[in-house]
This record gives sequence, structure tokens and C-alpha cells, in this order.
Amino acid sequence: MERPTPIPNDLSAPFWNACNEGRLVVQRCKSCNRMQYPPENVCFDCDSASGLEWHEVSGRGTINGYVVVHDSRLRMWVPQQPYNVAVIHIEEDHTINFFSNLPGTKADQVPVGSKVQVEFVETQSGQKIPEWQIVS
Amino acid sequence: MSPTQNAPASLYRTTEGLGVWEHRGKVAAVGIGHSPTARRWDERVESSIGSWAIIALRNAMEDAGVSPDQVDGLVIVPAATTGDLWAPGNPLPEDFAKTYEPTDNINDGISSMSAEWILKNMPELSNVQFTMHARTCMSDAVVVAAQAVGDGLTKTCLVLKTWNNLSGRYGHDAGSNALDDAPGNSQWTNPWGWGAAAITFAYLFDQYCRKYDKNHDMMAPFVVNEKRNGLLFPEGFWAQHRPEPLTVEDYLAARWIAKPANLFDCDLPIQIAVAYLFTTADRAKDMKQPPAYILNHASDRTKVKSSVQTLDECEQATDSIGRKLYEGAGITASDLSFENMYDGYTLFHQFHIEGLRYAGIERGEALDLYQTDISIEGPNPVSPSGGNAGSGRTRTWMHTDCIQQLQGRAGARQIKKKAEIGVSGGPTTTGGNFTVWSATPD
Repeated sequence: MERPTPIPNDLSAPFWNACNEGRLVVQRCKSCNRMQYPPENVCFDCDSASGLEWHEVSGRGTINGYVVVHDSRLRMWVPQQPYNVAVIHIEEDHTINFFSNLPGTKADQVPVGSKVQVEFVETQSGQKIPEWQIVS
Repeated sequence: MSPTQNAPASLYRTTEGLGVWEHRGKVAAVGIGHSPTARRWDERVESSIGSWAIIALRNAMEDAGVSPDQVDGLVIVPAATTGDLWAPGNPLPEDFAKTYEPTDNINDGISSMSAEWILKNMPELSNVQFTMHARTCMSDAVVVAAQAVGDGLTKTCLVLKTWNNLSGRYGHDAGSNALDDAPGNSQWTNPWGWGAAAITFAYLFDQYCRKYDKNHDMMAPFVVNEKRNGLLFPEGFWAQHRPEPLTVEDYLAARWIAKPANLFDCDLPIQIAVAYLFTTADRAKDMKQPPAYILNHASDRTKVKSSVQTLDECEQATDSIGRKLYEGAGITASDLSFENMYDGYTLFHQFHIEGLRYAGIERGEALDLYQTDISIEGPNPVSPSGGNAGSGRTRTWMHTDCIQQLQGRAGARQIKKKAEIGVSGGPTTTGGNFTVWSATPD
């Protein structure tokens, strides 16, 4: 399946490089220990700019909810309609959420509350992105 | 005059604990001016947003009984686009270029609107000393103008918002949405197809229904009521061009856009200009229309912590707005005669009114309220303006309706109960600006 390929920039490159290595990382603030995703230049909570580090997380999460897109604004996604976009809360911090299409799950058949495990799928450029598979 | 600046952060009331607004009841809206409406610009000079802005501003002054030379302030939202900007390199229609004085911005008067463009093309506004730009929408301009008048920066101030709608579908297949790759912020959304009208609020609504055991069908009475009220708004797009009522059956049968958001949960982009005339309470007493006094304004600058706002964040933000509005206005929820919180998309209106505790509701009870009499005739009018759902995408009907209700000239939309205090504002649960209005200054 073709999908838009993320273009890393200086801020996001460590995240996307980790994906290519099969690791899921988020930023963590050395000052207040808060995790954040997507990455930012400063800590969301304490505004610390110098104390952000990349932290590997377990890749385990929970499906918190979803929508089914029937009329996408994204040209590359129109042929996939209708498609799921689920919101995944990671195990380590339920305020951190990732999007997922839940590969293999039929549209509108999403088992909200199920546990999921990250996997990494390759886009057409070779860049890998995090996706999530239902495990229970 | 120096170039118009954006409103500084210090003009907004963004935090709780500020106490009663220092200008409570000392600022009023008096005049209202609407342009015609259209689904899209037909590229005639007469229907450009530049031409319609001038019409709206003149109508607002006429409505208030104020002559142009009495106006000393102008607050404008420069962003005017509902869709595309005028394409770079695309020559302006000849009539437009001949008719109006340009500014440095080729889009001015067509798909953006600056104070400089207005002053160049409305020479009758000869005494304007104060100009300021507000961001995003009329809700922002209203609070900026209220604070500016209260602070004495201007005494008689025009407030303007325009919306253009050129060709194409809003946000569809444009910008990064049309690309095979995902640069910038789109790298966090587009690889998973997170891009559709209402998608964020469809997700929040999904969360809401799970938490409170509600469902999408329960939205039908609200959306039908919105359309009914909109068709009673003679200035509105649907009333002017397509006076088609909406039934519960229509709503329930509508196609999905991003389930659980359907077609009628989304608003129709249109072309329009709307203006108000604000002044001090003292001056307002002598004007042509009764004053609609401003008791308070408050703003939300919520930061979303991760990829998408969560229901907890949404509820915290809208609870805070309710507390800020009441604190600064010196009122409680029971003082509201009606509410006109934003509705474009319909699926977040309930978050706003629950944050207000409107009509005595608590969290999770707005959709139950929708099953009761929420009409303009009933005891708890919900969105008597009809909002964007009822009249097209302007983010402005709610303010016009508040002013008209309190002035007693909302016509067929006039609520049956006495209109004493109302509230309006928006746009979303991820940030906005809100105003409390009153028929009296006390």
C-alpha cells in the first residue's frame, strides 16, 4: 500500500532513524521526566530546551478510539477509503498517542481497548514508520 | 500611520483568577453590517470580498447611525480564506485591479483583507487612528476590539471579518495533502491518513460517546434545530440561496465524512463579509440601536500534548473557559438566557456548552439536553443563531445573533424567553476566544 512518506528534518531525524532500526523512541525531558511525541524543540511542561533526550519505549499500547475516513483530504489515501485511523495510547504514558491504520483490521471493526504492539512498516522510499498490531 | 500590528498577547484574558473584567459593561456593540453571501467567488469585482467588506462596514455604520468620520478604530482579521489563496502569478481580474487601490499583498481584497486595504479603498474613514489585526476569526476580533475600546485605544471601532471561497474543495488535494511525501508537520499525520474534515472532533466525539454511553443519532435534534434557526436568519447563505429544511431522517441518512462525523456535521464554505460597530457604553446610549453590552471576554490557549487532543484535555479546556467567562462577567451559569457557542463542526458544540454548564447540564449530559425542547421557543434555547450549520461557514452568526437577541431585533429567531445575557465564541476546543453579552451594563 502506498502512503505519504515522512520527510525527516533536524528535529525528527532521530525518531525516524530509530524506526528504521526497529525501535520506537519518544523525547523525554531530563528536568521533569515528561515524555512527548511528536518531538518539539522544548519540553511541553517545563520549557527546558537543553534537557531533551530520546528514550526507547516498549512498543506496547492500547487502542483508545478511532475514526473511519470516508472522504479523505489526502490524495494518496483516497483509493483506500474507507479506512481506519485508530489512536494508540502507549503503555508508559497515556497522554502520548500515535496514529495507526491497524493493518489487517476491517474498516469500522476496531476493537477499542485491545492491546497492541508496535511494528514497523516500510513506505515506498524505504523509510519505516510505526504501525500497530492487535495482540489481545 | 505605521503598519497594522497583530494584537499582542496582553490584550487577551487567558488565565483564571483575573477577577471581574475591568471594563465590564463599559463596551458595547451597536451596529451590525452583513454583505450578501455566495457559495464561491464568481470573479466579478462586485462580489469580491473587498467589495463586500466595504458593503459590510458601511452597513454597520448605517445600522448604528454613525458617520464614517466618527470612526476612529478598525480591527480586522487579515486571514480571509476558506480554501485557496489567489494563485501566484495568476493575474488579478482586470475590473478588480482597475477598481481598487492595491497594497503590497496581491491577495488583499480577494483572499485576504488588511486594514491598509480598507483605508486605501474607503477614504471616508478619514479619522481612523487605531488599527489592529486579529488572528483566525471574528471571535478573536471581537475580544480584541472589546479590550481596545475598554482600554481607550479607540472609542468608535469597526470590526471586520471576511471569508472568501475560491474554487476547489476546502483542504482537499492541496498543499501537503496532495504530495507523495509528508514534510513538516504532515510527517506526523499524513502517513496514516489523518486528514479529513472534522477528523479531530470525530475522534473526540467517539471518545465522548464511549465515556458517557451516547451515540451519533442523538445529535440529530441539535443539527436539525441548527438548520431551522439558520433558515430564520435572512443574512444567511442557506436562507438566501437554498432554503431547504433538514429532517432527522436526512441527518441520519447522510454520508460519512470521517465516521462518526457525517456530511451535516460539517459546515458549508461560503463567501461573505461581516462587520460590527463597537463603542463605549456612554456613546452607545445615543446611537441608533440599543447597545449590546460586553460583560467579559476570555480566551483559551490550550496546548495539545500529543498527536491529537484527548477527551480529558478537551474537557479541561472547555471547563476552564466556562470558569473564566463567569468569573470575569460576575455571573453564573443560571444567568445565561441563551448560548451561541461555535458549532462548525457540530460534534464539538456539546463540549462548549457542558463547559458552561448551560441549562444546568453536567459533563456527558448535553446530548440528553438535545432531546428536550432546545428551540428558540423553549426554556433553554441552544444556538439560536443556527451557527455555521444553519447559515454557512463564517464563525460569525453566533455574534450577530447575540447582539440582535439582546437588542430585541432577531426577528423570527427572537427567543421567546427574555434575552438578558448570552454567550458566544469559538472556534474549537483547542483554542478560541469567547464573549459574554448583556442587554444591560450591570
